[in-house]
Amino acid sequence: MTALLIVLVVLLATALVALAATHLQYRRRRPKRAPAAGAGRILFPFMAGALSQRALDAALRLARAEDATLVPVFLARVSLHLPIDTPLPRQSGLALSLQEVIEQRASTWGIPVDARIERGRTYRHALRQTFEHETYDRIVLAAGARGNDGFDAGDVAWLLDNAAGEIVVLRPASGTTIGLPVLRSLQALPLPLEREPVSY
Amino acid sequence: MPMERRGRYKIFLGMAAGVGKTYRMLQEGQAEAEAGRDVVTGYLEPHDRLETIAQAEGLELIPRRRVRYRGTELEEMDLPAVLRRAPELCLIDELAHTNAPGLEHAKRFEDIEAVLEAGIDVFSTVNVQHLESLNDQVAEVTGTRVRETVPDAVLGTADEVVLLDLTPESLIERLIAGKIYPQDRVQAALNNFFTIENLAALREVSLRQVAEEVEHKRVVTEPQLGGRERLLEAAAAQAIHDRLLALVTPTPKSQRVVRRAWRSAQRLGGELDLLWVSNHEPSTEEREQLEALRRLASVLGAHLLIEHGDDIAATAARVAEDRGTTYILMGRPKPRSALRRLLQPALPFRLLSLLPGVDLRIVADRTRLAAGAGEIKEEP
Repeated sequence: MTALLIVLVVLLATALVALAATHLQYRRRRPKRAPAAGAGRILFPFMAGALSQRALDAALRLARAEDATLVPVFLARVSLHLPIDTPLPRQSGLALSLQEVIEQRASTWGIPVDARIERGRTYRHALRQTFEHETYDRIVLAAGARGNDGFDAGDVAWLLDNAAGEIVVLRPASGTTIGLPVLRSLQALPLPLEREPVSY
Repeated sequence: MPMERRGRYKIFLGMAAGVGKTYRMLQEGQAEAEAGRDVVTGYLEPHDRLETIAQAEGLELIPRRRVRYRGTELEEMDLPAVLRRAPELCLIDELAHTNAPGLEHAKRFEDIEAVLEAGIDVFSTVNVQHLESLNDQVAEVTGTRVRETVPDAVLGTADEVVLLDLTPESLIERLIAGKIYPQDRVQAALNNFFTIENLAALREVSLRQVAEEVEHKRVVTEPQLGGRERLLEAAAAQAIHDRLLALVTPTPKSQRVVRRAWRSAQRLGGELDLLWVSNHEPSTEEREQLEALRRLASVLGAHLLIEHGDDIAATAARVAEDRGTTYILMGRPKPRSALRRLLQPALPFRLLSLLPGVDLRIVADRTRLAAGAGEIKEEP
């Protein structure tokens, strides 16, 4: 009887040790947690051909300092002749590639990212839509450099009037626009805004 | 018993009006006639272009039939007359045209199919923006949505696809010279559709389309058999039409899964569904994320589905069966305890066993912090 008890205790102990070892192994294999959603949200609107590295770095630094989530918003323009909710495969292809780049950079700093694509008839319209859909504490954006796409003085003045929260405007240093091989062809993307439909 | 010969089908594809599709079709028709073949023009739309009209001279033209529809008289191709005439080769312009209601077929490409089935060879024309799968892309590029579309498979049924390529500059020169539209419409066309950017983008789309077509024809070697085999070939193309299902949760992490899924869908030319299997009422934060996912799905042309259920695998399998999914994408499943691993197989294994004919892809997190990106929480 005692021998049986001893065997049972040994078996139980072995089982417990095995279970504990498995649990430890599971915990060890468990990956580090992804960055948790930050307390604040920093909007980072950008457009095709005008993703400034300098502005992105500034947004990332701010997000890290404030333990905030970076919200990169790709602003997509929709022609007046198409419904505003029309799918945009060409612009989406570019937007997703750029968002991937931003996410990779942010992850090296441990910054959570919650990316968006926002449509509008114009960039300002897309921004207005963004303000309606998103909560945010700050906006970081790149002013357009000469010969570059980007937010011009009028856009910045409009933002100051219409956006809540702090606005940080950065002038992009020349040659620091983040590009992708696909960008060149997409930059040529025509976005007719005041065109009449034509028949073929 | 000898199999009835199906006609050979040649399509002249262009990036825009005025590149010379109809002209080239007539030119090749004339060459065939000179070589002694019986060639007729089943339908011609010369758009008052003098060069095109001159090129059609000498070819027998089957008169159009007049159809009354809602008090308006419309002119359509006379399909019965073409079939009665039974030439060796029939030239039929603008295959994407929608016929007047009440005719044999709704679309002209279906008339062409009947002509081919009768053993008559066909030359026809179409612009790239009429292809269904390119409709969104071309609409985005040009700002104009074309109503008359044809399934891409139509291009696949052609024995030959000839791309009429022209540089945007040359096409604009032709336009300015009045070779495409009358002079009073030239300026409007230049201001609207005929811009270098539009034409360059459309040219790129056309070249890609034909390149894919060539690739497809290289892979599926043409057996040069009769109609029955051809139909089977078309069925095979239909059978491998992909539809992707991405399993998502209302969290920013799911965006990675959506991105990869959308890119895969674009490459495969398939539709994309996003599915969240919910076992609880969404919180405020989840509702916001769902709204963001819905907007993203709309921009991408995907469909967001929300299903309630405690068993993710069973629910996803049901949705996949209902929607004809061929490919499932999901984030890396959350690591599970030893006990749970003993009690139930992991979600990917359950999906594989529930959906034996469906491919499964687990999307990895390529960022430096390889933390549970786009995790799908398993049922409690």
